[in-house]
Amino acid sequence: MASSREKRLSFSAGLRDGLPIGLGYFPVSFGFGILALSGGVPALGAFLISALNLTSAGQVAGLSFITAAGALTELALSQLIINLRYSLMGISLSQRLSPRFTLPHRLLASAFITDEVYAVASSRREPLEPAYWYGLACPPYLGWTAGTLAGALAGDLLPASLTSALGIAIYGMFLAMLLPPAREDRAVLFTVLCAAILSSAVSLIPVFSFLASGLGVILCAVLAAAAAALCFPRAKTPEGEEAGRA
Amino acid sequence: MLELSFILPYVLVMAGVTYLSRALPFSFFRKKIKNRFLLSFLYYLPYAVLSALTFPFIFSSTGSTATALVGTAAALLLAYLKMPLLVVALASSAAVFLSSFFLA
Repeated sequence: MASSREKRLSFSAGLRDGLPIGLGYFPVSFGFGILALSGGVPALGAFLISALNLTSAGQVAGLSFITAAGALTELALSQLIINLRYSLMGISLSQRLSPRFTLPHRLLASAFITDEVYAVASSRREPLEPAYWYGLACPPYLGWTAGTLAGALAGDLLPASLTSALGIAIYGMFLAMLLPPAREDRAVLFTVLCAAILSSAVSLIPVFSFLASGLGVILCAVLAAAAAALCFPRAKTPEGEEAGRA
Repeated sequence: MLELSFILPYVLVMAGVTYLSRALPFSFFRKKIKNRFLLSFLYYLPYAVLSALTFPFIFSSTGSTATALVGTAAALLLAYLKMPLLVVALASSAAVFLSSFFLA
């Protein structure tokens, strides 16, 4: 059993790591709130979507089904495909959980898996503790839901130059997560370049327009990671260490 | 404005599918993976996901390619210098905001 002091430290370490994610989410979900409002979804509806889904691509796709009054079965299928990456991430994370991560913790904690939470959690050396995970998940969840509500309520009141400038914040954060490891490890640089080129090709070349944006992203990421794994297989990690994270 | 009662079924289907795709593998996958390719793949995957999410979408994130390029350059420079995540994120926003007065 972890002492309550250990838990508190672990929780606040998570909060610290989650803060930039939450701040990065705010402007993005603010944009989603505006988008929902312009599609005729009331502020409470937009808030509920974000509070229950906590995902960008899936929500934008879902919104298009709502405004077009689409079929629920097709909505379910599209969500399944777009969210496939969370299943992959879940498997990847499941390799790194501490023994304290019991089933009830797993069932609760999994609701907060997002691309960014995953990336930060999996860049940790030590096994993941539930307290760290919950700390890490708090700011993104608050930022995402509060941003949506603010956007749906007040989106029209802010100057456009400010809201559009906030749109880049989350991508700036992604670059800050990518560049330092890419500087130090050629294999990571290779992965990053591969994924960027593939994803740009898929989104800019009209032939690929049949791929939903969430699906295109996951396909490109899987291809790039597979190429890197083939070209730069990782050395076996010493006994007792988790799957060799940098 | 759409009625909440019309939206709710959509929201619940979205939420249900999204939760299950997160929860099932995370909760019930208990095997330790030994395969070297698979371990390498899972190691590189987060970097690949972040990069595929960023490019090319960063260039259209501000409504103007010109200001987005300025913001991207600022982010790349500061990220290369290993500045903290939040500093890079806010500085790229600030660069976009300031440049929007010169580049329309």
